[in-house]
Amino acid sequence: MSKLTFARAINAGLRKSLENDPKVVLMGEDIGALGGVFRVTDGLQKDFGKHRVVDTPLAESAIIGTAVGLAYRGYRPVCEIQFDGFIYPAFDQIVSQVAKMHYRTQGRVKMPITIRVPFGGGIGSPEHHSESPEAYFTHTSGLRVISVSNPQDAYTMIQQAIASDDPVLYFEPKRRYHDKGEVDEGADLSTALSMEKAKVVTPGSDVTLVSYGPLVKTASDAAMAAADEGVSVEVIDLRSLAPIDFAAVEASVRKTGRLVITHEAAQSGGLGAEIAASITERCFNYLESAPVRITGFDIPYPYSKLEMHHLPDLDRILDGVDRALGRGNSLSGLEG
Amino acid sequence: MRSTVLTDKPGQDAYQASNPGISAVSPRRTGGDLVQLISPEGERISHPEFDLWVSDVTDEQLCSLYEDMTVIRRIDAEATALQRQGELALWPPLLGQEASQIGSGRALRDDDFVFPSYRDNGVAYCRGVEPTDLVRAWRGNASAGWDPYRYNIATQQIIIGSQSLHATGYAMGIQYDGSDSVAVGLFGDGATSEGDVNEAMVFAASFQVPVVFICQNNHWAISEPVRIQSHIQIADRASGFGIPSTRVDGNDVLAVLAATRIALDRARKGGGPTFIEAVTYRMGPHTTADDPTRYRDANELEDWAAKDPIARLKALLRTKGLLTEEVEAKTQAKADEVARSLRAGVINMPDPAPLDLFKHVYSTPNSWIERQKDHYSRYLESFSGSTQEGAL
Repeated sequence: MSKLTFARAINAGLRKSLENDPKVVLMGEDIGALGGVFRVTDGLQKDFGKHRVVDTPLAESAIIGTAVGLAYRGYRPVCEIQFDGFIYPAFDQIVSQVAKMHYRTQGRVKMPITIRVPFGGGIGSPEHHSESPEAYFTHTSGLRVISVSNPQDAYTMIQQAIASDDPVLYFEPKRRYHDKGEVDEGADLSTALSMEKAKVVTPGSDVTLVSYGPLVKTASDAAMAAADEGVSVEVIDLRSLAPIDFAAVEASVRKTGRLVITHEAAQSGGLGAEIAASITERCFNYLESAPVRITGFDIPYPYSKLEMHHLPDLDRILDGVDRALGRGNSLSGLEG
Repeated sequence: MRSTVLTDKPGQDAYQASNPGISAVSPRRTGGDLVQLISPEGERISHPEFDLWVSDVTDEQLCSLYEDMTVIRRIDAEATALQRQGELALWPPLLGQEASQIGSGRALRDDDFVFPSYRDNGVAYCRGVEPTDLVRAWRGNASAGWDPYRYNIATQQIIIGSQSLHATGYAMGIQYDGSDSVAVGLFGDGATSEGDVNEAMVFAASFQVPVVFICQNNHWAISEPVRIQSHIQIADRASGFGIPSTRVDGNDVLAVLAATRIALDRARKGGGPTFIEAVTYRMGPHTTADDPTRYRDANELEDWAAKDPIARLKALLRTKGLLTEEVEAKTQAKADEVARSLRAGVINMPDPAPLDLFKHVYSTPNSWIERQKDHYSRYLESFSGSTQEGAL
């Protein structure tokens, strides 16, 4: 075990994949000598060379489009999109080519492409640097979408994503890059929890609180605060956003009867809606109250002086937990 | 002998007549003249550089190019007829572009890899794709008709220009592998307006990868004339990316063959990318759903009919005394046979099964897809009893 920051954990996972499979190629803007704007690929070009860690011209569609060609040739490209808000020029290649090639060719051409996307807010950035675009991709059949919340998962799941024969969007929470955690670098990939499985990070019995990526930590903190008030919150880290491990969420809701979902992305048409609908379909009779969504607002990502109002924080999540419990909250106006 | 310059003037005139606001200034030319080895009258024109690249073409091979072009025109006509008869949902005719496609297709080695557009059925034919597989997607029986790895040609790309990036990426892989294969990206004049084609040229030049871009300038992107797509010759765009380019008569099979061979040779020897503009003409509609009479002049079609790629090669064969009755009969018989087999293949193509819907979305099982497939299959099964009872 070693103590690594989130960013170093991804770096270690990338290094392991580069070592284990000569077909793995990293590509992106500034990922070579600079090591990426977040230093996630620090030192990799020096150790593996310019053909394994490719500094590309500044064209996101071309990064993904050439990755498609490399995948055709038998390579396993790992593309870095520098910031969430820069992925849109590549949207066509991701949605029309990466996602559909396997289906189009009846399984003959595989697209083992990993697309790393630093996402989410909370770092005081200008426009286009703090977005949460995951729902565009979970809505696109043919893609697998995952998001990691801690250094160990970051290390293991980047390797699982690269090893996957299907394309994977790997959303990494950039505001957690400097968080440290224990990482078992000897972890055996073959026995590690599948990247499609959700994980209960805090067990509880009164309310199920579902999150992923940057808000898992906030949700866990909220569960601790709720415990002080005698409320037992079960926190689930989804890890996989497409497909979602609904069986795990359902099992928890059957126990607690109450569901709160929190994500940074805007509410309408988002993952919270999908989770609320699917869980309602699956175990309506077990629900004691309507599912609650605590999310970013349906606005463009705001200028940074206001982002603390936009991002779900501990208090907003607790307010949602109160709503699920039918206790006094900001909307009921009842005394607590 | 100087080559005759084939101008695209008729198209420009027709367009300007109906769009008086558009500049009538001729496209600026910085590249050389259009390279031509066979005149529209079927005369062999010598060329100081290009001749070397086709000097090995035997009489027999010339006849074989003639056969290929005749057969692919017949496939195209048969597919158009099948669409009119309701057997295909749609078809994008290549009529008029046979020399561009056969000339480039026959220049390739088996280990080269082609990324075609939806109209490049002539190139796919050269790669060995079965005629029935060319139309599978157009009948709606599949999203694509063949295994790309069997013929080293990707399936038909519908998103305009997208495949130019795939060709470039594939060429990056060739470079990493240290192989002397070449990736070929095929697209039309309309695609050169797309960001992807321009980004592909940036990447190809940056990494100096073995890729050949072949742009069939057929003058029309549905109803948009090349005139408003580009204010310089399309071939001249390549120089802005630092990519050498050639502008050849796309209705001249020998000129296209030579240009493609030159580009492939450069790529194999580490010389990086090349851009070829094959100047040709889409004599038919964009697809069978299109009506070109709404936007282009009939005179233009007549002008281009006089430059027909097959008639031209035929005239050359005649001049050389190669167009014997035997060659004509053999070519005709082959075209008839291929058309018959295409028609039979289409008529007898089995419909896909409903649950094929869910196949190959992912390479490993996916819980969302499995659940929906399970529900839909039980839904379908719920009808099986009632049909027997006549309830449906």
